[in-house]
Amino acid sequence: MDVISDQNWLLSLGTFLPLAGVLVMLLIPKREELLHKQVALATALGTLGVGIYTLIQFDYGKAEQLQFYANTEWISVIKSGYTIGLDGISLPLYFLSMVITVLVMIYSWDHIPSPGNPKAFLILMLVLQTGMAGTFIAQDLILFFVFFEVVLLPMYFMIGVWGGEQRQYASLKFFLYTMFGSALMLVAFLALFYQTGRESFAIPYLIERGIEIPETTAVWIFAGMFIGFAVKVPMFPFHTWLPDAHTQAPTQGSVILAAILLKLGTYGFVRIAIPILPQAAVKWAPAIGVLAVIGIIYGSLGCLAQTDMKRLIAFSSVAHMGFVMLGISTLTATGINAALFGMVAHGLITGMLFFCAGSIKERYHTLEIKRLSGLLIQMPKLGWILGFCAMASLGLPGLAGFWGEFPAILAAYQPAPQLSEELFRVLMVIAAVGTVLAAAYLLWLYQRTAFGEPNPEFSNHGHAHAVGAAANDGHHDEIHDVTVFEWIAWTPLLIAIVVLGVYPQLMFKVMDPAVTQLVEVFNK
Amino acid sequence: MIASLVAAAGDFTAPTVDYHALAPEIVLAVGICLVLIVDLFIEERQRWITSTLAGFVLLGALVPVVTLAVIGGDVRNALGGELLDGRYVVDEYALILKALFLIAGYVVVLMSSDEIESGKYHQGEYYVLLLSSVLGMVMMASARDLISIFVALEFLSIPAYMLAAWNKRNSKGNEAGMKYYLLGVFASAILLYGMSLLYGVTGTTLLKDIGPAITANGQFSGVEALAVVFVVVGFAFKVSAVPFHQWAPDVYEGAPTPITAFLSVASKAAGFVALTTMVFLAFPLASDVYQPFMWVLAVTSMTVGNLLALRQTNIVRMLAYSSISQGGFILMPLTVAGEKGVGESVLKAVIVYLVVYAVTNLGAFAVVIAVAKKTRSGEISSFGGLFSYAPALGVLMTVFLASLAGIPPLGGWFAKFGAFKAVLDADTNWGYSIAVIAALNTVIAAAYYVTVMREIWMKPVPDGDVTPIRTPSSIQAALVITCGATVVLGVLPDLVARFGDLADLTGAIGR
Repeated sequence: MDVISDQNWLLSLGTFLPLAGVLVMLLIPKREELLHKQVALATALGTLGVGIYTLIQFDYGKAEQLQFYANTEWISVIKSGYTIGLDGISLPLYFLSMVITVLVMIYSWDHIPSPGNPKAFLILMLVLQTGMAGTFIAQDLILFFVFFEVVLLPMYFMIGVWGGEQRQYASLKFFLYTMFGSALMLVAFLALFYQTGRESFAIPYLIERGIEIPETTAVWIFAGMFIGFAVKVPMFPFHTWLPDAHTQAPTQGSVILAAILLKLGTYGFVRIAIPILPQAAVKWAPAIGVLAVIGIIYGSLGCLAQTDMKRLIAFSSVAHMGFVMLGISTLTATGINAALFGMVAHGLITGMLFFCAGSIKERYHTLEIKRLSGLLIQMPKLGWILGFCAMASLGLPGLAGFWGEFPAILAAYQPAPQLSEELFRVLMVIAAVGTVLAAAYLLWLYQRTAFGEPNPEFSNHGHAHAVGAAANDGHHDEIHDVTVFEWIAWTPLLIAIVVLGVYPQLMFKVMDPAVTQLVEVFNK
Repeated sequence: MIASLVAAAGDFTAPTVDYHALAPEIVLAVGICLVLIVDLFIEERQRWITSTLAGFVLLGALVPVVTLAVIGGDVRNALGGELLDGRYVVDEYALILKALFLIAGYVVVLMSSDEIESGKYHQGEYYVLLLSSVLGMVMMASARDLISIFVALEFLSIPAYMLAAWNKRNSKGNEAGMKYYLLGVFASAILLYGMSLLYGVTGTTLLKDIGPAITANGQFSGVEALAVVFVVVGFAFKVSAVPFHQWAPDVYEGAPTPITAFLSVASKAAGFVALTTMVFLAFPLASDVYQPFMWVLAVTSMTVGNLLALRQTNIVRMLAYSSISQGGFILMPLTVAGEKGVGESVLKAVIVYLVVYAVTNLGAFAVVIAVAKKTRSGEISSFGGLFSYAPALGVLMTVFLASLAGIPPLGGWFAKFGAFKAVLDADTNWGYSIAVIAALNTVIAAAYYVTVMREIWMKPVPDGDVTPIRTPSSIQAALVITCGATVVLGVLPDLVARFGDLADLTGAIGR
């Protein structure tokens, strides 16, 4: 594989810059809360600046090659190197992680969840950013594994300390599930290493040699990686940690989980599992496709049964990631392009939905759908934003969500030549039904919460809700519409949803060369 | 009679001694005398001088270790890197372990100064014994002969028996000292019996001559097998491998916490060093005997240690059982040491694991000491809400526990990874099966480490007392050293791994 090694310091800078901010913040006393927010935001903005510079310097004509490629010795004992690079597949996600971190930092300016302590909260967020960005640039399996795991502890603490009522249960479940998945993933990585001549863990090297692995062995190795990544995605039946984690996590945690962390799993399939073991991918694709479609239907039905808005959005993630996995399982350029687009779109839209949910929770102290109504009257702007996101999430053409779902369904019509056409056409039909269900649960949610008259218990003047909520609502007594910080944090996401919806080519043209190269092996 | 002695002395030619190579031991020996003498002449309220002096002695001994490492192997050998016919060798393997023991000793001194001062008795003696024990360990790293290994072992153990009983007005302290002493002596006896058998069948005490002499007549004799097993059992006591572990939790609980840290890290590491040296030098042809035996020891240690650790409510006992389980992981690579072509990764795995485990566990004990100063309790529940009133200690403990659990990017992950890779390199059914068992154990272990993390971060403060903890500066220094090493070794494990050069250790016998 050809690589471009110009400016090979750039990715390391973008990945590790947040840690510099962490070091500075460690030296500042805890009580200087404003200063902490400033330093954290400045670091995140600086990182985003590096990200924008990366976008500018990226050679879009050679998007299929690894750019800013660096390869230095790291752990010579196990022949693992510090190999990093960025191509059209990873660039959008790498950049997205930086954008989301900045927006979440802005949102945190006046939304530090209970029990406070912005120092620790923001430090964890910066560490998360390093882990996420690092996962997307790693071109060595051990490096990938390390970054993949760096994300684990900060998220565990973010859920467990700043989360909701059942935070301890949710965080432990998240931790154990992920730990179990990554243990199997590591075993699979080691097996790959041994099966390819014990030479290197570098992904480009393994892509060349992986094809030599006998098919039976490859199918087993793929199984290990499948479970590791599927837990993270999460795919049915490994999804049960997700509703709990999402519901209990603080708003910022939910946004990061939805926008980036879930993508680590799908990205793993596209970056590692499929290109290295195409022969096993062909064997596994039908199973992945079936599980993906089960996820779509199961997630949608789950949504219809939810009484909590955040939990509903969490289940909708299961459904949406089902579309992404369906796209991947077709092993075609269209399908994988759709999946990558779907990953970014889901990140933007579901991230936005979680922001809305967080803000509603902050104002009403509840997310119980039954108790919410008349958002459009009480907070017209927030109500419209919620409606906009619901439309985007159900895949309305013209908004970003559409380009993740529609091409994925389309791709299932004509999967890779090695796959059974009949099966995938059946899957296509079922997935299409899933979009109808998506419309149903989102519109139903919107109707119940936004339409109608506001619930009298939340009227601005009578303090009918004082019983349970007064204890912790402090100065948020009044139900107010979108605040300045919320506007700043949300506007970029809303714009991106529209822009990508109107002009999807913006991303497709970046990803397509790399994806085409990736699926070449299936067209022979 | 005197005349005959003089006549004999006339034939005696002094061996050439390379003082540079022996400098770490010499500095320590001089330092021990110095601390002892200074202690006689200072006033009661100046007792802190002894601890400072002990710290400087250990750092002073580290200087020649560094210079020896810097001058490189060729110069070292020319100077006489193999002293006394190769019975005492200063090579890279010895140097990295000497450095480990000296640094571990230094951290223990830092952890002790406050604790022992508050106990108000026998400070001078405490540090003398501690330094003596470290000297034994430093000798162990170089010992390549049955006699020198045994001398080093006793040298490091006997002071440790006394240190374990340091809380002499406490019945648990007495129990600790007595138990440790009786079982330790018992283990020594078994070891010595095994060694005598080895000498009996091979006619030499030099390890590298014992190696080829075993199975010299083509097959294994019963005596040879018995000798190998006895030697391994003797060291299994020292490293508290199941089923020879019963002493460990009681001793760890009864001893002063810094000594617990010392025993669970340095003393244990010394046992592993001796075992590793024996395996590579004396038993290269005896792998049929020691491999299945060690396989059982490793598997039972990691499993039983973990299962018992899960049930502990006392943090020190939990760490004690966790250290038994970690010991199983250190033994794991040794179970395939005899397979063809894996010696290198086995040796590297053991060395990296020892170093990483040492810094991580010492750090965890330093936090325990700091927290116990406030809570006066060893219960895990006393860590509740630590993060809310002592965030630095909370984060540090999290780092150490996460490293012990093997979560990247902290040191522990690479230690575990290296151990896994070594047994997989062997490509045998024994290797694969132990890897699977170890993988399951990693997940079990995560459960009890996470329990403590949850206490620290998510539980309320048990007694509502949220006054900040005043951590003495010496413990702060210990924490900085251990935490720094834990993180750095996780990110750049090559720093240590490159010291495990197999050819350097085994010389001609290397396969």
